[in-house]
Amino acid sequence: MKAFTNINVSSIDEAVSAATQASSNGQSVAFSGGGTDLLQQLKDGTDTSDVVINLRNVDGAKEISSASGITRIGGLITLDELSNSGLNDVLTQAAASVGTPQIRNVATLSGNVTQRPWCWYYRNGFNCYKAGGDECFSVTGENQQHAIYGGGPSYIVHPSDLAPALAALGASFIVAGPDGERTVNANDFFVMPSQDPARENSLASGELLVGVSLPTPAANSVSHYHKIMDREAWTHAEVSVAAVLTMNGEIIESASIVLGGVATVPWKLTAVESYLVGRQLSADVVTMAGQMAIAGARPLAKNGHKVPMTSAAVERTLLALVNG
Amino acid sequence: MGDKNKADTSLNPKQRSRREFLENAGTTAALASAVPVLGISTAQAQSDTESTAAKTRIQLTVNGSRHSVDVEDRWTLVEVLRDQLDLTGTKIGCDRSECGACTVIMNGKPVYSCSQLAVWADGAQVTTVEGLASGGQLSAVQQAFVENNGPQCGFCTPGQLMTATALLSNNATPNADEVKQALVGNLCRCSNYNAIVEAVVMAGERSGGAA
Repeated sequence: MKAFTNINVSSIDEAVSAATQASSNGQSVAFSGGGTDLLQQLKDGTDTSDVVINLRNVDGAKEISSASGITRIGGLITLDELSNSGLNDVLTQAAASVGTPQIRNVATLSGNVTQRPWCWYYRNGFNCYKAGGDECFSVTGENQQHAIYGGGPSYIVHPSDLAPALAALGASFIVAGPDGERTVNANDFFVMPSQDPARENSLASGELLVGVSLPTPAANSVSHYHKIMDREAWTHAEVSVAAVLTMNGEIIESASIVLGGVATVPWKLTAVESYLVGRQLSADVVTMAGQMAIAGARPLAKNGHKVPMTSAAVERTLLALVNG
Repeated sequence: MGDKNKADTSLNPKQRSRREFLENAGTTAALASAVPVLGISTAQAQSDTESTAAKTRIQLTVNGSRHSVDVEDRWTLVEVLRDQLDLTGTKIGCDRSECGACTVIMNGKPVYSCSQLAVWADGAQVTTVEGLASGGQLSAVQQAFVENNGPQCGFCTPGQLMTATALLSNNATPNADEVKQALVGNLCRCSNYNAIVEAVVMAGERSGGAA
């Protein structure tokens, strides 16, 4: 592995100062939560940071607190802790679906949400948009695992399982940086390649995701995360669905449905959400929701399988809530 | 490759550990014909190189023994265990969080030691496969691996044992499904999974979690 300097910090302020200082010395910086993926990239040379800022000893950075109808989750919470937190089903199920037990024991919420894409071109050192180049090799290449929604000019899929779950829950993203803290909604946090093909989120240089805040779920809300993989474990979603419904008896009062694994950002199915409101989850309604989900899909040459898979995944997610 | 200056240059493996045999065999071959030395690990090659990089002193408690080690920031925990502390039971397989051969128990939980920097583990309690047997007595899960032919080539075994040990300390008598869930991050290229799962279930049944 290349040489770099590790800096242990005990507060977010210290982390931000260390990053600012390193940048002013002309050094590139990476923040590290669990470090699993970062070390892989440093070994591979797809991340060339000079300074690694180790956040695992930051005080109070993994706490869950609730006040005035808002639940705040510290970004350094591990996926294992999150999966056992008793929070919303969609979030705990998404956390439990990531990687392996060894990874979940160290990997963090912030790291999962802000991990770089797993496109095989980017990960193998191609000088693509994500690496600062000006080409997406998947367009005419091996695009089996690439985006069917939101593509162009880059066609990566957003790799996070937590991101669609958090977006479905209406989470806000708490960002710390040299100018203090700012809070942004999912729409403004995740960035389409048409806005900036090099990045997946709106974190500026020297900024880091320090947590999320969620509206505390209503007593009549139900949620579910459904993830389809091309093997049984340790991989990213071919397609995943995060669904949150609030129910008035059998009638859906509100619906939030977000896709993972098929789009460049967590992909909100606004038309499906509107369709579901005021309806009961019958077999016909579930089938229609599945069909509506793929209305905007634009598959590339080799990822057409994701289209019917998405339709089926939406149906199964809703059926799980009926049977839940 | 080694700096161990072994006097014994005979190649009778029965008198020495497999590791010592491989090291000397490699050295002999290199001297005789200049073919590449048998690679024990790339990590060893890296950390044996004279380096001027700054080092940080860390404290590790490994299998109950306290160690003070000077490490480069870029050294991983598994490199320090193997190359500095000579605990070569922990294996480097993929070196990228995919295979599980490097699994150790850190502060009570199984982690991939290839994907932890040693400087991040400062102050940690680490258990490696060398810490499982006690007084020459195999742990329950080790004994069950022997009886069920859990190791085939054996390379993944130390990692499998560590994950299984962590599972049994949380779930005294796991069923086969629970074992499969827990061991999902430990690959076996020999695909000896059935025997491994049976061994862990047996260890739980026998010891009620005192593995």
